[in-house]
Amino acid sequence: MGNVESVVRFENVGLRYGAGPEVLHDITFALEPGSFHFLAGVSGAGKSSLLKLMYLGHRPTRGLISLFGRDIATMPHEEMPVLRRRIGVVFQDFRLVDHLSTLDNVALPLRVAGAPEEEVRDNVVEMVRWVGLADQLRARPHTLSGGQKQRAAIARAVINRPSLLLADEPTGNVDDKIAMRLLYLFEELNKLGTTIVIATHNEALIDRFNHPQLRLEGGVLTVPRPV
Amino acid sequence: MFRQRSDLPLEHDPSSRFLPWLIALMVYLAVLALASALTLGDAIGRWNQELTGALTVQIAPLTGADGGAAESRARRDKALALLRGTPGLVRVEPLDEERIAALLEPWLGPGNVGAGLPLPQIIDVEIAADADIDVAALSARLSTAVPGATVDDHGEWLHDLVTLARSIELAAAAAVLLIGLTAVITVVFVTRTGLAVHHQVIEMLHLIGARDSYVAKQFQFHALALGLRGGLLGLALAVITLVAIGLVGREVEAVLMPRLSLSAGQWIVIALVPVTAAAIAMITARVTVLRALAKMP
Ligand SMILES: Nc1ncnc2c1ncn2[C@@H]1O[C@H](COP(=O)(O)OP(=O)(O)O)[C@@H](O)[C@H]1O
Ligand SMILES: [Mg+2]
Repeated sequence: MGNVESVVRFENVGLRYGAGPEVLHDITFALEPGSFHFLAGVSGAGKSSLLKLMYLGHRPTRGLISLFGRDIATMPHEEMPVLRRRIGVVFQDFRLVDHLSTLDNVALPLRVAGAPEEEVRDNVVEMVRWVGLADQLRARPHTLSGGQKQRAAIARAVINRPSLLLADEPTGNVDDKIAMRLLYLFEELNKLGTTIVIATHNEALIDRFNHPQLRLEGGVLTVPRPV
Repeated sequence: MFRQRSDLPLEHDPSSRFLPWLIALMVYLAVLALASALTLGDAIGRWNQELTGALTVQIAPLTGADGGAAESRARRDKALALLRGTPGLVRVEPLDEERIAALLEPWLGPGNVGAGLPLPQIIDVEIAADADIDVAALSARLSTAVPGATVDDHGEWLHDLVTLARSIELAAAAAVLLIGLTAVITVVFVTRTGLAVHHQVIEMLHLIGARDSYVAKQFQFHALALGLRGGLLGLALAVITLVAIGLVGREVEAVLMPRLSLSAGQWIVIALVPVTAAAIAMITARVTVLRALAKMP
């Protein structure tokens, strides 16, 4: 797969939840550093499940997954946190912490990584401004609109300058105008070197950008032709 | 702008309200059990001292004989001479007749201990602290010299008492252990409930790269705080109870009832109970969380 080490590499990966049917079959693909992909497919196709495997939220039932050149199956438990910190995730349901302000929510990845508090303060305020939530610094999630929560979730996902950003339907709760702005935001990050995968069922949105697509249909992945 | 706060709102969990009370109750019971074990331990020590420190020699009155006082006194003097000639006995003192009569009076009724009643002779013997007296041999020598003389080292009676006290002491120690075990189980369940209630947030923290110890710290310090709060409350209630029992005990002043008075060292041991309870709560919470998180993908 070229001479550059892939950020993500799947080989014949299969996934089933418990004793249920297999929801992902023989997934094989690789993402090069600095790439930008859409993960397309109708609802129920398995997009969230594939992202979950990528952010180590679930172990595959079979096959090989390696992240940043390391096989995750053989990685010791205590090395996982450092690896996870290189991955930013925008969860479909945001997963903001109810009793924390926007600032404290966005600050979580830094605090979790043990960053000094002055550094946290400066970075977080800047990041919250960047996603346009400057006037919601101290608001709790339940007082934010869907789009505002989405932006808080994105701010939290990128605060650590991750090498890999995975976003699950990040435009699901916003109108087209804001959706476009969020995608421009992801493009900016991508220009800074972050590898990006955006899962969405919104074909119209995908068509407005010229990024390669990973397509999921019934748990089977179609990889774009190499350019 | 930033307040240092826990990521998990554990202080709003229902467990935060009832755990301190449970710990207070457990510390209260543990302190009472421990105090009784310590007090009994002291009493056993004292009784053991008495067991090895004193003898009573009894010389039965001669029946059928003329019961002359002179005869009786001669037998007593013979026994006294033998005892005083035995090395290791520091005090050999006969009880005078009024004293013996006074001792018998409660059983025989006032005025019934008359001149006509043959009374035994009693000699109080104190053994030197470092002496190693063979009571059986002494008893044999004495009864040969003075037929009807017996040596009572209070052994059987005190032995029974010490055995009883030891079993109570053991039961108290077992109670303290069981209370500790109950505390561990309680904290395990409270922590598991907390893990279930906050599963979403914990999973998110885990996914964004929190180490297991980061999550465990929030639970363990929460448990430590609750444990200390409950423990101090339980200690306060227990101390009030102990002081009250001590006051009542002073009134009663029964001969056999061990006095509930604790030394400074023993008070320190008791003060360590809530600290230990809080430490148990903290360690239990930590281990519970780490074991649960180790199962996450
Ligand atoms: N946690 C889960 N347990 C069991 N089945 C699941 C779970 N998550 C998803 N699925 C199933 O896996 C399939 C793919 O779902 P998902 O990955 O959410 O697709 P998408 O994100 O494309 O809508 C669906 O059939 C869904 O019911
Ligand atoms: Mg989905």
